[in-house]
Parts: sequence; C-alpha cells; structure tokens
Amino acid sequence: MENSVEQPQVDANDHKVQSNRVSITLTVNGKVVNKAVEPRMLLSDFLREELDLTGTHLGCEHGVCGACTIIMNNESIRSCLMFAVQADGYDIKTVESLATNEGTLNGLQEAFSTHHALQCGFCTPGFLMTLTDYLDKNPSPTREEVREVISGNLCRCTGYSNIVDAVMDYTKNRSM
Amino acid sequence: MKPATFQYVRPESVRECLEYLSMYGDEAKIIAGGQSLIPVMNMRLSTPEYLIDISRLEELNYIRHEGDFLHIGGGTRQIDVETSSLVKTYNPLLRDAIRHIGHSQIRTRGTVGGSISHGDPSAELPLILAALRGEIVVVDEEETANYTADEFYLTTLLTALEPQQMVSEIVLPVLSPQAGYAFIEETRRQGDFALVSVAAVLEIDSQNLITKANVGIGGAHEVPYVAEELEEYLIGKEPTDSTFEKASEEIKDSLEPETDLHGTAEYRMDLAVELTKRALRQAAGNVEGALQ
Ligand SMILES: Cc1cc2nc3c(=O)[nH]c(=O)nc-3n(C[C@H](O)[C@H](O)[C@H](O)COP(=O)(O)OP(=O)(O)OC[C@H]3O[C@@H](n4cnc5c(N)ncnc54)[C@H](O)[C@@H]3O)c2cc1C
Ligand code: FES
Ligand code: FES
Repeated sequence: MENSVEQPQVDANDHKVQSNRVSITLTVNGKVVNKAVEPRMLLSDFLREELDLTGTHLGCEHGVCGACTIIMNNESIRSCLMFAVQADGYDIKTVESLATNEGTLNGLQEAFSTHHALQCGFCTPGFLMTLTDYLDKNPSPTREEVREVISGNLCRCTGYSNIVDAVMDYTKNRSM
Repeated sequence: MKPATFQYVRPESVRECLEYLSMYGDEAKIIAGGQSLIPVMNMRLSTPEYLIDISRLEELNYIRHEGDFLHIGGGTRQIDVETSSLVKTYNPLLRDAIRHIGHSQIRTRGTVGGSISHGDPSAELPLILAALRGEIVVVDEEETANYTADEFYLTTLLTALEPQQMVSEIVLPVLSPQAGYAFIEETRRQGDFALVSVAAVLEIDSQNLITKANVGIGGAHEVPYVAEELEEYLIGKEPTDSTFEKASEEIKDSLEPETDLHGTAEYRMDLAVELTKRALRQAAGNVEGALQ
C-alpha cells in the first residue's frame, strides 16, 4: 500500500462501509496541492469544487463530450473518468494554466478568439487542452489530422470549421 | 459526486491484488483505466464496496515478442499498444483495430485487460483475440489458466471470470509476413462503438489458393463472432471476388445480430455481409507476393 492511502477499517464480514477520506498530494498548474478526499470524488469535481478551477467543464460525465479534458502527466485525458485519489502524485494542467495570471491569452487561445472558434464557450476548455497536448507533440499537423484529433470533443455551436481554421493559423504563424 | 461510496485500495503487486480479490470477493471490483467502469459507476449501475486500483502495477505493463507470439500484460494501456513498434511489426492488424477504440483520450487510460474483461460484443480487442485464436491468461491466488475467447465470452458483457480472478495477460499469434490482413469498422461517428466491425487475415500460396483464413465479426452477435464456416469455405479456393461474395453469405445462417438504438438486426446483418466481403478483398489485396 502507498502510505497516503489508508487501509480500509473494516473486516471482511462488515458490510457497512464507512466513508473514509484519503489524503492526496498532486501538482495542479504548477502548484502542489494536498487535500483529503472521499475516494468516490471524481477528478473533475475535485478540480472544480475543491480547487475552484471551474474552467474544466462537465457535459456528459461519461467520457463522450470531451468538455472535461485536462492534461495529466503530459497526456490528455477525461477528468470525469478518473477518481481524484487515482491522481495522487501526478502532474495536472487545466485550462487555467494557458493564460497568464494577468489574463493575457496564449497563442492558441488568441487564434480561437480571432477565428470565432467559440460561441457559447462551453466546449472550449476541452478543445484547448486536447489541442495543447497534441500540438506539443505534433507541431505542424494537416487539416485532416486536426479534424481527427478533435473528433473526441463535441461542440454544439461552431460547426468545427472555425476551430480547425484557428489551429491551422496558429501553427502556421508559430512556425514562421 | 455521482458514484456510491466505496473503499479504495491500491495494491503494489499482482499478488497483493489477488489477496484483496479473494478476501473481498464480489464486493470488490478492479479498476484499471476506468473508461468503462466509471461511467457505469456514475450511473450507479455498479456500486462496488471496494475498488482495487491496478493502474500503477508495472508488473502488468509490458509487450513482449516470444517466438510466434506477442504477450501483452493486462495492465498495458491501449495507447501503448497502438504506438508499440513490436505490435507494428508483428501484429499490424491489432494496431489498426485498436485505433478504433474511442478517442485518444480514452486510449490513454483504457487498458487491454479492461477491454478484454468488460466483454462488450462491439469491442475491438476481444474481436481480434477471437479472430486470431489468441488466449486470455487468468490468474487467482491458486492458479493460472488460459482461456480461448470461446471459453471466456459467455454472452453480452458476461465473461467466465470469477470474482477472485483477474486477467494478467493476453497472448496473440504473430502475423506471418506473407499474410494479408484488414480491419474494417462502420460507426455513426468517429470514436463510437462499432455498429459492425470485421477482422480478416488471409494467406495465399504460390498456386494462388487460400491456405489460411481467419475472420471475426464484432457488433453483430452476443459475443465476438468467429466465422468458422466461412473460414473453412475459403480454404483451397482462389481469392476472387466471386469466392468472397459467396463466402460472405456463409455467415447469414449463424450470425445473430440484435436490434438496438443504433441499428436494426437486419441492417447489422447486411452490414456484416458487406463488410466481410470488403475485408476479404482488402486482405487478399495486401497479401505479399500474391498472384492477383
Ligand atoms: C467515450 C468512450 C468511447 C469508447 N469507445 C470504445 C470503442 O469504440 N471500443 C472499445 O472497445 N471500447 C470503447 N470504450 C471503452 C474503453 O475501451 C475502455 O477502456 C475499456 O472497455 C475498459 O478498459 P479500462 O482499462 O478502462 O477498464 P475499467 O473501466 O477500469 O474496467 C472495466 C471492467 O473490467 C474489469 N477489469 C479491468 N481490468 C481487469 C483485469 N486486468 N482483470 C479482470 N478484470 C478487469 C473491471 O473490474 C471492470 O468491470 C469507450 C469508452 C468511452 C468512455
Ligand atoms: S464531461 Fe467528461 S467527457 Fe463529457
Ligand atoms: S462553442 Fe458552444 S459548444 Fe462549442
């Protein structure tokens, strides 16, 4: 057992399980966070409710819409399909890590703004985190590749074209 | 917080995991990638009292090439299979199939053992395992046993796995360099579960006769379907369009698709026949050195 995870205080015959909080330590947007959480707390709820990082949105909570996408240990994942206890010791980045503290948007966010790649903005954090991870590893994708990458994120407003335009423009300008 | 309360344990070895499994029995569930289990828990269709997290067990995380087989640890993530050079070299059919599992964000957490154990009849991994006659290695505290897909998959989402057991590995044969292969899947949207998917492998000799055929169909039967009668029909025949057309009709007698929200049984049957034909054609087309 890892030290931070408490052994369940029940014997095998005791069917009433007490809620037991587990202490976790993880790095979120560069800051070390330590909290005691119920094991059933989803990572998405932990970010939103315990850390007030409400940029991570929740659409479906079963992995389909992509609104809750974050970056964990340099890979994009669904924060609604993980328990916070499982992220103990891990490194997490949410959409709040993209702009500066003063609110200056980063290049990808600027491109989204310029190309009207968002309307209501509900899906945007998920798109940004999916793309941030992908573009780190694949700096100059084709249009087709971008379409495939964002296939796991649903947007009800934009029709996706403007999102692809924003990415193509951003990667082009960045490489100049 | 949507799921019901549970206790969380994170064993540091497979042995410790098996101890928990035998101690807690059917009150416990393994969580690997959580990509199937957490949705089910969020809907409270599953309310385990204990969750045993195996996602950090390095012991279960490997891809090894030994002789004519690839051994893949049950905890290996789908994304790591997709990007493995061993898989690319020795079983490119598996790589093609695994890319159809959900989206990259799902494959980043989802594991081989999780998909095999979940037993969705539309899932790609059980299909490949069944079509290629691979084996599932199941362990408990007492023993290790190998299951074929036929023995393991009982019906939709139900496997032969007992509460004290876990999947530690799958074993898949290496594809012969002379083999042609194809994986074709039809979905409503990219990343959805398959309406129907077909995996085919063909070997053809210097006389232009089929010497080996493996064909599996997903999404159109209660378990991954191995088209044995079709495979037998193909042996010794020339790989022509008319052979493939007749062969594909063979599945109609025993395939039993069901109607659901995504498609009727009739539609699925038609799709299965059509995709089988296409998969055979495509597999024959990429057999190395085949006389076409
Ligand atoms: C949006 C979305 C789309 C998806 N699309 C597809 C798709 O197209 N095709 C597809 O095949 N899958 C799809 N999936 C499911 C995905 O592949 C899952 O990763 C997989 O089914 C389960 O693997 P997991 O590691 O996440 O297992 P978990 O969710 O952790 O576990 C699933 C079940 O298996 C058990 N289990 C896990 N590991 C073991 C083990 N080693 N031994 C014994 N029991 C074990 C668990 O107790 C649980 O009952 C999708 C999922 C989502 C959310
Ligand atoms: S809220 Fe996580 S994928 Fe929809
Ligand atoms: S901007 Fe409204 S859902 Fe995408």
